[in-house]
Amino acid sequence: SCCNRFRTESISCGGDEKRVDSRTIYVGHRPCPDTEAFIPSKFCDNRIVSSKYTVWNFLPKNLFEQFRRIANFYFLIIFLVQVIVDTPTSPVTSGLPLFFVITVTAIKQGYEDWLRHKADKEVNKYPVTVLEDGRSVKKESEKIKVGDVVEVVEDETFPCDLILLQSSREDGTCFVTTASLDGESNHKTHYTVPDTEKDLQALTATIECEQPQPDLYKFVGRMHIYKQEQEPAVRSLGPENLLLKGATLKNTKKIYGVAVYTGMETKMALNYQGKSQKRSAVEKSINAFLLVYLCILISKAVVCTTLKYVWQSKEGQDEPWYNQKTQKEKDSNMYLKMFTDFLSFMVLFNFIIPVSMYVTVEMQKFLGSFFITWDKDFFDPEIQEGALVNTSDLNEELGQVEYVFTDKTGTLTQNNMEFIECCIDVHIICMLGFMCHFVCLFISIYQEKEELFLRALCLCHTVQVKEAGSEVLADQVDGIDGLLLQPEEERGFIASSPDEIALVKGAMKYGFTFLGLESKSMKIKNRQNDIEEYKLLHVLNFDPVRRRMSVIVQTTSGETLLFCKGADSSIFPRVRPEEVDRIRMHVERNATEGYRTLCVAYKQLSAEEYAMADTGLREARLALQDREEKLMAMYNQVEMGMSLIGATAVEDRLQEEAAETMEALQGAGMKVWVLTGDKMETAKSTCYACRLFQRGTELLELTVRTLEDERLKSWSTANQDYGFIIDGATLSLVMNPPRDADASQYKSLFLQICQNCTAVLCCRMAPLQKAQIVKMVKNSKGSPITLSIGDGANDVSMILEAHVGIGIKGKEGRQAVRNSDYAVPKLKHLKKLLLAHGHLYYVRIAHLVQYFFYKNLCFILPQFLYQFFCGYSQQPLYDAAYLTMYNICFTSMPILAYSLLEQHTSIEILLDNAALYREIANNAMLRWHPFLYWTVLGIFQGLMFFFGVRFLFSNPALQDNGQVFGNWSYGTIVFTVLVFTVTLKLALDTRHWTWINHFVIWGSLAFYVFFSFFWGGIIWPFLKQQRLYFVFANMLSSVSAWLVIIILILLSLLPEILLVVLRKPRGPHSRQVYFSLPFPLLSLNSSFLPYPSYFLIFSLIYILFCSSFILHHVLTRCDVTQSQPITRYLKLYSYVKQWLVSLLVAGLH
Amino acid sequence: MMASSYNAKDEDAVGSGGPGAVKSKKPDNTAFKQQRLPAWQPILTAGTVLPAFFMIGLIFIPIGIGLLVTSNNIKEFEIDYTGVDMFSPCFNCSQNYSWNSTSACTCSVPFTLDQPFESNVFMYYGLSNFYQNHRRYVKSRDDSQLNGDKSSLLNPSKECEPYRTSDKKSIAPCGAIANSLFNDTLELFYIHPNGSRITIHLVKTGIAWWTDKHVKFRNPGGNNNLSIVFQETSKPVNWHKAVYELDPSDPENNGFINEDFIVWMRTAALPTFRKLYRIIQKKKDNMTPTLPPGNYSLEVTYNYPVRSFDGRKRMILSTISWMGGKNPFLGIAYITVGSVCFFLGVVLLIIHHKYGNRNNNADIPN
Repeated sequence: SCCNRFRTESISCGGDEKRVDSRTIYVGHRPCPDTEAFIPSKFCDNRIVSSKYTVWNFLPKNLFEQFRRIANFYFLIIFLVQVIVDTPTSPVTSGLPLFFVITVTAIKQGYEDWLRHKADKEVNKYPVTVLEDGRSVKKESEKIKVGDVVEVVEDETFPCDLILLQSSREDGTCFVTTASLDGESNHKTHYTVPDTEKDLQALTATIECEQPQPDLYKFVGRMHIYKQEQEPAVRSLGPENLLLKGATLKNTKKIYGVAVYTGMETKMALNYQGKSQKRSAVEKSINAFLLVYLCILISKAVVCTTLKYVWQSKEGQDEPWYNQKTQKEKDSNMYLKMFTDFLSFMVLFNFIIPVSMYVTVEMQKFLGSFFITWDKDFFDPEIQEGALVNTSDLNEELGQVEYVFTDKTGTLTQNNMEFIECCIDVHIICMLGFMCHFVCLFISIYQEKEELFLRALCLCHTVQVKEAGSEVLADQVDGIDGLLLQPEEERGFIASSPDEIALVKGAMKYGFTFLGLESKSMKIKNRQNDIEEYKLLHVLNFDPVRRRMSVIVQTTSGETLLFCKGADSSIFPRVRPEEVDRIRMHVERNATEGYRTLCVAYKQLSAEEYAMADTGLREARLALQDREEKLMAMYNQVEMGMSLIGATAVEDRLQEEAAETMEALQGAGMKVWVLTGDKMETAKSTCYACRLFQRGTELLELTVRTLEDERLKSWSTANQDYGFIIDGATLSLVMNPPRDADASQYKSLFLQICQNCTAVLCCRMAPLQKAQIVKMVKNSKGSPITLSIGDGANDVSMILEAHVGIGIKGKEGRQAVRNSDYAVPKLKHLKKLLLAHGHLYYVRIAHLVQYFFYKNLCFILPQFLYQFFCGYSQQPLYDAAYLTMYNICFTSMPILAYSLLEQHTSIEILLDNAALYREIANNAMLRWHPFLYWTVLGIFQGLMFFFGVRFLFSNPALQDNGQVFGNWSYGTIVFTVLVFTVTLKLALDTRHWTWINHFVIWGSLAFYVFFSFFWGGIIWPFLKQQRLYFVFANMLSSVSAWLVIIILILLSLLPEILLVVLRKPRGPHSRQVYFSLPFPLLSLNSSFLPYPSYFLIFSLIYILFCSSFILHHVLTRCDVTQSQPITRYLKLYSYVKQWLVSLLVAGLH
Repeated sequence: MMASSYNAKDEDAVGSGGPGAVKSKKPDNTAFKQQRLPAWQPILTAGTVLPAFFMIGLIFIPIGIGLLVTSNNIKEFEIDYTGVDMFSPCFNCSQNYSWNSTSACTCSVPFTLDQPFESNVFMYYGLSNFYQNHRRYVKSRDDSQLNGDKSSLLNPSKECEPYRTSDKKSIAPCGAIANSLFNDTLELFYIHPNGSRITIHLVKTGIAWWTDKHVKFRNPGGNNNLSIVFQETSKPVNWHKAVYELDPSDPENNGFINEDFIVWMRTAALPTFRKLYRIIQKKKDNMTPTLPPGNYSLEVTYNYPVRSFDGRKRMILSTISWMGGKNPFLGIAYITVGSVCFFLGVVLLIIHHKYGNRNNNADIPN
């Protein structure tokens, strides 16, 4: 170890390596005799800064961040153009909405940052006690420096990452909960560094540890303890010695620890990096539509600019005597003028891309997500919690899910374990709950073995005994982790895995009671009520790769025993083969019944064997480099040549309504994949129980065992229902082929099989493999929307990987919930979340988006057409107030209300008819053809508005006193028709009229009328021109204006009404195509037109409709016919087999 | 057995909830939060829409007919007096025109009315290819000046450029719109069959919007002594006389509140437009028509040049109905929409009868 340290130092002096890979800490800042010079290294202070801004940089930084969004930047450009160039509309028209958006966002972000500042301050100013020169000094938390010895009392949180030096508990342990870090509220035991002085004042030590890294569960370090006239003692430090900032001390009066990582270098701070943003498919559609509209905008501006110069080239048009240019205009460069003209047209038409849409979409998402949290159906009385929404950006994605990846344990099943039976050799002890307590048959020759088995169950675990007494009450709050009170003895157990509790309780039923662990000795009360004591020498912790755990104990008689329990696949190769066959049968039978099975083995260690293992383990634990690998190797070495004692079966009950939920999801057209770490038989039986596999389902298995099995089943090709089973080992062969040739081919082959199967089961999965599968499906052709649901830490990677991650507030801690996008208490809630909420959100937001584009298209189209009648002079048709208010006030509220409240089909029907979910599959409402439909509708209505009023104005004498109307009256009539039509169109689409809808729709219209009166009723002192003075009132005094407004509204809505009528009535059984009968109606409409221009317009629209309809039909015809997965399966099978064989051969050599 | 284990769990849950310390996070069971607000769910089916279609048809067709009849009953006479044609009476005037000429060019255009014009007759002038809605033109005005604001009178808005100042004096009224005020004078004479010319009295008030005349447009410092008020200002460059000389005979129609001026200032929507010029009041006796059929003469003082931009000038005589001037568009539109609705109603009825039953049957099992 000395040379190891030397190496570290040499690196730190090396210079070319900037970052030292370890840091040295002087406990209490006391120099050590060993090191020549005490150089206090520079570490960052203990101030936590989670805030993004300060008072000074808030404005520039926030603005910079906001304008990095492409849409905001676009609007900023438009605004700047308006300020710089002489444009038709005042900068206010686009500046005001932009200002509004920016301000609201800035206020929101500022407020959030203020909260963070407040929280930071609270943490940073928190008083802590630091030992300095033997005295306790009160300090503010932010003043803690690395190397300080900090005192923490019970129920306090640790102010920084500490190495535990001293605990008030006798056995040198302390308990912490990391609820605020990873959400796991169970008590974790941490240990003091062995052999540290009782008197901390006299302790002279240095700690070498790795540089800060974010992994909460990894820590490697070493402590050198210097004693006078002695060789420095070296102690290894691991995560069990490290107390993390943010965790809370429990059940321990007081501890002392030395700060190793402070401030922003603590593991908690390093873990605060935000999750990567998930973007929804709707957002992608919006961006695509925006692009189309940008093209429309630019082409409009180009057309107008070109025509302007063509028109001006005619003599007398550019500058007639009545309309002279100013000197400045005359002098300006022709090309510059063309460019500014182009910009002016852009500005004039820029309303076609609405700023307000972003605001409305954001608001809809934010407010809409409340309905999920508010839903009382998601409330679970057991945990007293409802659903949780971590991001509101993905609401609509819930309605688009095509693939569901679900975990098994804790998700499909309850993770509420009950010891069902165990088998010791050939005997099956039936332990069904409490019933068969005494039914067990024991034959005396097996007595010994049975007791050994039960002792193994009692010893081989990491369960803690909950102390009875006053503390019980306080700690029951944490009880969801499996605190189960023992009725007769007031005894509870705490463990990280519910299986362990089930096993310990199972052993208790048989008379072997685990009394607890006290200063490294485990106490067991046996059947004779004697207390047996075992000295706990080593715990070989459980990990998902090894899939087993072991303990090494010493009996009072001096025997050293190793007990090991783990999955059958990890135990069987390590025990004598002749024992295996007897147990295997039972294990398999239990597995097919859906139980979780564990095998228990033991071995007796001779003194030499133990000494070897002991030194090996200690050395591995001390290693600074590759500690994990070394430990793993050591574990594998120790856990060899054991003898099998027996196997246990623990039942994990299915979640409530798991089968119904799965059935509904499949009915909704979703493909359900089960990804589990469990073994195949158990997982398969769960799948059958959940009705993912039906009796008639043809199972295609691709597992190591079937491959070993040589013979292939014969397939009945008549069956259409396929299930596919693959295990982790085979999957890694497929995903990472040994030879890079054909790598992608087999991957796609695998994908194709999976896509054609109704259900896929992947068992024996490592967490990363789960994510790998999700990623593969996510990136496959057509990029389907994926959803992952899980409850444990092992599901986090797949939850993060999928488009939508759902966490179950289960028993395995809170990590899944923390990393999920949505969290629900139970699996059964998924049905409503997807079928009702997801469906509704999707319909709402899709309609919102389409409607926004539509209403701005028919808003701007008349303005564009007007250019043809005003000499392409960029004269706006509408007044600036109308231009500004249209999107903000007149038409924003109804669509917002619609997008929050609409239920085109009631929730009950949506839940009852899962097939309705398929209607909106594949982003059905935001594909190109509904977009085209809305666009054509917008164009049609825009043309109607403009030309209708145009024909009316062929004689502008519209009042009964012969007086005439001017251009502002023209614009106001068009605008009035527009506002009413657009609002009534929404009213036609609304299927669910609550009082809010009524209020907002009629209120908006009333507000428009009221505002127009008000705006035109006063000479506004701040306005340069009183354009609208009494224009609206005069308009209303004209009967013709009334008549034209009425007929234009009706005419614009007529196709829509007809469409609604001719559409099949929406009902549970109607699977309607989005629009079914578009063109005959329009041909009827067009027959009445007396004017050739109308005729032209209509024929254009007709052609557009027809082409889109034909396009739609052509596109739907192109559906790929699903081919038989069997042929593909056979191909993949032969491939995997070939490689497996070669691998096995390679492994033998 | 199962039940007992569940019970045990429930007890646990109650225990873990703590002794009432933890506030229940159970969501409120309100209609709004549970998305169960009472709602009206209209379903537009053939059954509900069919009567609506027939109703629309039945209402719109009579309205349309009424509109069409009304429009057709309106008498309108239009004459182009631009003088493009060599033989037209105003040809000379249109050719010889120059802004500087002091002597007014007059021409007389004879025309015949075949039908009598009853009730009040409205006289319009019409201009074609005149872009009053050009942006540069529309914004070239100062409404606060026109509203009688004294500071704007002497310092008009920048928007008025290049018609803001002349000879270092501010122009009142400033801007391109005011500068290009239509200044042809139109007079109408009835040629009695006996050869005598009878002047037809033209009323020049009541042609502008009431609110424009009384609120939006105001002379600075009241209507008295306009020449003093405007003495610091200059007349628009193209005008022959100052703004306070527009109608010296009537102080209520002079200066900024001159109705011809106000009418002109309301910019037209389209390049071809008409503006109200004069009103011919109906005869008091009510027996003879306002304009009996016969020969008339339109005397034009030709001041306004339009040929440079290929424009046209027209004089229009029109009677007015409750719906305004003559315009068959509304009538036709209403009749067509009404009949289309009616027709659609019939078609839908047939569809409904033929196929509706089958749909109903399909829905019944549900």
